[in-house]
Amino acid sequence: MSRSLFDRIPWVLVIFIIALGIPWLGSKYYTFLATQIAILSLFAVSYNLLLGSAGLVSFGHAAYFGLGSYACGLLMKELGVPFLIALAAGGLMAAAFAAGFGFFCVRLTKIYFSMLTLAFAQIVWAICFQWNELTGGDQGISPIPYPGLNWLSSVPGLDGFRVGDYFYFVALAVVALCIAALHRISVSPFGRMLMTIRENPERASFIGVNVRAYELAAFIVAGGFAGIAGALFGIFNRGVFADFLYWPKSAEVLIMTILGGMNYFWGPVVGTGMLVVLNQQITAYTEYWPLVLGTILLVLLFAFPGGLLGALHAGWTRLRSGGRGVRPGA
Amino acid sequence: MAALLQVENLHTAYGLSKVLFGISAEIDAGECVVLLGRNGVGKSTTIKSIMGLLTPAQGRVVWKGQDITGWAPHRIARAGIGFVPEDRRVFPELSVWENLDIAARAARRPGHWTMDAVYDLFPQLASMRNRMGGYLSGGEQQMLTIARTLMGNPELLLLDEPSEGLAPLVVDMLLEKIGELKRGGLTILLAEQGLEFSLALADRVYVLEKGTVRHSGPSRELREDRALADRLLAL
Repeated sequence: MSRSLFDRIPWVLVIFIIALGIPWLGSKYYTFLATQIAILSLFAVSYNLLLGSAGLVSFGHAAYFGLGSYACGLLMKELGVPFLIALAAGGLMAAAFAAGFGFFCVRLTKIYFSMLTLAFAQIVWAICFQWNELTGGDQGISPIPYPGLNWLSSVPGLDGFRVGDYFYFVALAVVALCIAALHRISVSPFGRMLMTIRENPERASFIGVNVRAYELAAFIVAGGFAGIAGALFGIFNRGVFADFLYWPKSAEVLIMTILGGMNYFWGPVVGTGMLVVLNQQITAYTEYWPLVLGTILLVLLFAFPGGLLGALHAGWTRLRSGGRGVRPGA
Repeated sequence: MAALLQVENLHTAYGLSKVLFGISAEIDAGECVVLLGRNGVGKSTTIKSIMGLLTPAQGRVVWKGQDITGWAPHRIARAGIGFVPEDRRVFPELSVWENLDIAARAARRPGHWTMDAVYDLFPQLASMRNRMGGYLSGGEQQMLTIARTLMGNPELLLLDEPSEGLAPLVVDMLLEKIGELKRGGLTILLAEQGLEFSLALADRVYVLEKGTVRHSGPSRELREDRALADRLLAL
């Protein structure tokens, strides 16, 4: 297949390299923001495998984010398991739960699917909130030790950074690898099968697509990557709390994805950046930030129903009008 | 020899409204059979019941001696029954090439029909292989839908009103292509309202009326006795 020059650019690598430069700005605050955006971007991109690719509206994606962070946090804090192993365990734990819950969820469609994802997520939240011996209940698990990253200071050019910067480098690398994998998945035949399901599940089924099996596979993959994002976030946050898998977290990832543009692979990343920055700015200026944030989101969602990238894409297409129809959602 | 496909006493309803009242039909390998009848007599419903898109309340669908009633559509597709729906919807956000590729992967039935073979049958598709499905004309979409189904190498092709809503020239082209498939040995079950279109292709016809089979026999009868044809289709 022919691809345009634009498609050929390895965007994951380009964005990774640009983002890598942030600690050189020398601001602790920028690194803090960038770490948060990177990790939550992975969460949102994993979510968009369900929403954008397969057309599945999950209201419970936070469950897998939270399960990943609990698994990783507990392993690191209580058992002293090395960071990378605990991180992988977080992803696997989330994927395993996604497999179990997803098995039931994909048997339902549309709003019933969504409600069941929410129900499972709330059950997991209730258990984590109540099970004091394991999860610390209301108090959560804290502090979670930072992974030993001092070796990074012996890498030429990387000496003299703060520990937060080192964690940012590692988190960014993990996020970039995961996003690259998700990108690969979304443009693979598997990703196209999910697109056929999103467009019309019945039509997909009579050409031979096992709709439930593909939906379940997407659910597991999305859950696993959300788990990795959650694991990173727990370390970044120096603690894991039941809030991580409470329903507002699921709403947040939905908002980030729609805000950026669910029809675009990079939409969730843009949406995450937007929401995190807005959140920070507004809380600095007013104590009524939920009201202001809500109003801004309302306006943005009304003004750009295709998300920010959708609006940019439409503007770009208009500029080059006369050109051939552009592929929606490339 | 048992028929390739046997439909026995199908009763199918959409919710409370019953549409099929005991349809029975048989198709032998290599035959082209037409379900003929006016709007709403149950042609599409019969085809959808065969494909597993509707579950009959009563009756059986037997494919090569195996009872496939109640199977999921994807299993039926993989067993060798290809379906070209009435709305001829392609996947609009996939290119022509992707539409075909995905169908071959989904059906998992390698065979005679490859990408090159369907491009040979529909050269027009080859010239627009990178175009998005959503940017095709009605006739091109119909070609792509048939081509997509062929990519699964079906042994039986179910065609639901293929000529509906297409320009006369396109219908002629379609007739020729379906005839070509038939001569290639493909078994075809066609649901049609158009008498001329049906008679040009059919070996045998079932005339449906109000969810039952009113008449069945070789298409020769209707071809020779137009009065009979008019009477059967008048109501």
